[in-house]
Amino acid sequence: MSDAPQNLYAARVPIFPRRVSGYFRRLKWWIMAITLAIYYLTPWLRWDRGPNLPDQAVLVDMANRRFYVFWIEIWPHEFYFVAGLLVMAGVGLFLFTAMLGRVWCGYACPQTVWTDLFLVIERWVQGDRNARMRLHQAPWTVRKIRLMGTTWTLWLIVAMATGGAWVFYFTDAPELARQLVTLSAPPIAYVTIAILTATTFVFGGFMREQICIYMCPWPRIQGAMMDPGTLTVAYRDWRGEPRGRGLRRQAADLRVAGPQIGGRAPLIPMPGVPDTTTNVQGPGDCVDCNACVNVCPMGIDIRDGQQMACITCALCIDACDQVMEKIGRPRGLIDYLALSDAPREAAGGAHIPAWKHALKPRNLIYLAIWLAIGAALVSALFIRPQIELTVAPVRNPTFVTLSDGSVRNAYDVRLRNKHHDARVFNLQAGADSTAALQVEGHDGANVTVPADAQMKVRLYLTAPAGSAPAASDNSPVRIWVEDTVSGERAHVDSTFNGKDSQ
Amino acid sequence: MTKPPKTDDTPKVETTGHSWDGIEELNNPLPRWWLWTLYGTIVFAVVYVILYPAWPMVNGATKGVLGWSTRGDVQMHIEEVDASQADMRASLTETDLGVLDRNPELIEFAMNAGAAVFRTNCSQCHGSGAAGAVGYPNLLDDDWLWGGMVEDIAYTVRHGIRNEDDPDARFSQMPAFSEILPKEDIATLVDHIRSLPGGTDPLAGAGGQLFLDNCTSCHGDDGRGDRTQGAPNLTDAIWLYGDSPEQVTRIITRGPYGVMPPWNTRLSEAEIRAVAAYVHGLGGGEMPTPQD
Ligand code: SF4
Ligand code: SF4
Repeated sequence: MSDAPQNLYAARVPIFPRRVSGYFRRLKWWIMAITLAIYYLTPWLRWDRGPNLPDQAVLVDMANRRFYVFWIEIWPHEFYFVAGLLVMAGVGLFLFTAMLGRVWCGYACPQTVWTDLFLVIERWVQGDRNARMRLHQAPWTVRKIRLMGTTWTLWLIVAMATGGAWVFYFTDAPELARQLVTLSAPPIAYVTIAILTATTFVFGGFMREQICIYMCPWPRIQGAMMDPGTLTVAYRDWRGEPRGRGLRRQAADLRVAGPQIGGRAPLIPMPGVPDTTTNVQGPGDCVDCNACVNVCPMGIDIRDGQQMACITCALCIDACDQVMEKIGRPRGLIDYLALSDAPREAAGGAHIPAWKHALKPRNLIYLAIWLAIGAALVSALFIRPQIELTVAPVRNPTFVTLSDGSVRNAYDVRLRNKHHDARVFNLQAGADSTAALQVEGHDGANVTVPADAQMKVRLYLTAPAGSAPAASDNSPVRIWVEDTVSGERAHVDSTFNGKDSQ
Repeated sequence: MTKPPKTDDTPKVETTGHSWDGIEELNNPLPRWWLWTLYGTIVFAVVYVILYPAWPMVNGATKGVLGWSTRGDVQMHIEEVDASQADMRASLTETDLGVLDRNPELIEFAMNAGAAVFRTNCSQCHGSGAAGAVGYPNLLDDDWLWGGMVEDIAYTVRHGIRNEDDPDARFSQMPAFSEILPKEDIATLVDHIRSLPGGTDPLAGAGGQLFLDNCTSCHGDDGRGDRTQGAPNLTDAIWLYGDSPEQVTRIITRGPYGVMPPWNTRLSEAEIRAVAAYVHGLGGGEMPTPQD
């Protein structure tokens, strides 16, 4: 500890991940291509819903309060579908995290995917790790300005495309694209694009790993959801240590392998993990080539053990596997491992395959919950009616006496027509009702509800003077609505207030 | 025979001096972007304080150089809405109220505007649900003293009833019969009139004779009233001043006393028409072909 006053703030140490190839890198290219394609292309898919409705396959229509997802259409009162999907996403994350740790971070998180994309650009313009490091240290020459300028311009283009794609989800994409180009789009579109462009540019180009380490809440939450059986990227220190190259390898000595994964991490006793500290004969497989460190987008050394900054992108596995191939050792010095594997394998036990780790009761319970919610949502989707009504009796006043002595009740009725064309709805009081039915402002009991719309009408039920409903306190009444085209019917039970209810 | 660790794990940063059960808190530096974010928020706050109302003072907050205020904001929005509705108001003022219901867009505007006008100006007497009270007509039913078409209602709203302020006010004046008829006759008349909705012939019996002599000039031989004079129909089930013997006795001895102010001094013609359309749409409105 020095006596010099320490800086309050630490500058970011730039990271220049090296290019790597291998199984996981290939997997990540594919995931990146697919997720980006989904993101950029989805708004342009078309889906015919007839002349009255938008033909965009996926559309969040805020102004008209509708969600369109292919053949599914969500009304505001059905928002529980969206809530259900979010719950499924949450439980799904539990499942994947319990099984595979921060797999979301490493493969699918937009921060990771876009950083990867920005790195591709950076590498393409400036070269691989060493070239970029040299460039970073070089003075600001014309060449450096040109290379940096090109990189940033390309980043900006990607960032703008990203922000631009987002707004297309909220309105008709081709129309908005035309407006954007002719500068006639609504200001909110430009503002949204500007904000998302800025965040993409800054987060993907400059903040990168700092978002994961300092800003993102997921790592903390996910850390709490992992257990000793969770598969995560780890270094087989009992196999790798003592590390070294050349002569130092020869001089390798006995050493202690701890129950922790990783050679230098502090020894923290894990509940449920037996202490199997053993003496191991050196030298280890690790040739200390630093390949794993150089490829790491987080700039960390996985050989230090599991650590908060690791997003489990698995690139260090690919890097080390290549090295192991070269020196003729088995792959997997760095590998997907469970914490509980460490003492067992260190003591010479067999490797437990991943699927055995996956089949923990906890994971199966998550899976069951996930499937149950999914099944509930799907069945709710199929049984939801195409016409609906809600009936709110007007209680101010509870009833009105008309000049002939009859008693009238008013109801605010909301009719929902989910069909894609206008429908004539016929309203009726239940068959056993003596009350006559009228709709305010309409002749008779027929109401035309526009396509895919909700309509509020005021309904009157009038019970003749002296009839049972008119004289009594209150009596049940059933209000029916019938679609005169399809014959579909729906009903709501309500109450009729008579004179005694005063 | 352990080798010393390759790197020294002892932290190079000072601690805060806090220690709990031997666990010490490192005084790690914060990342620099964090610092800049902090500076950014400070700059934002300073700019905000200069531009917008911020510091609370004795007589309200500092104004801010932009002169922005929530009240001004509301005022601006009201003006925007007023401007956007100008066309609708104009066409509402010009439309023949008899055919208002042929213009769905206009009727919707009128109903909504009228509801707001009603809540602000009418609900004090007629109730927020327009159900009225004793002496204050129920506007939901199908009984109208002065006519139930939109134009009739608009006239009533415009000029009011039985008031001294507007020469065009609707005026009906039933005399106080306490000065005309002896108490016994009034009692007979009360019983007779209370039986009219039950189907009694208005001119039958002793009560009928009294009715013929004193009431038919306004309420008619059939007791069904006369809208041109604002004389109510006595044969229906609706009693503005109540149907108990005491209530009917009081109205015959004292005469009616309800007053409605003219609204043309306070409401615009568009507002009057809107509220008339609203009242008309409450369930009792009459259509241009009057039903009896
Ligand atoms: S340590 Fe390995 S898995 Fe973790 S972030 Fe770095 S490269 Fe990815
Ligand atoms: S890549 Fe493998 S061999 Fe090379 S330093 Fe990392 S763990 Fe050791």
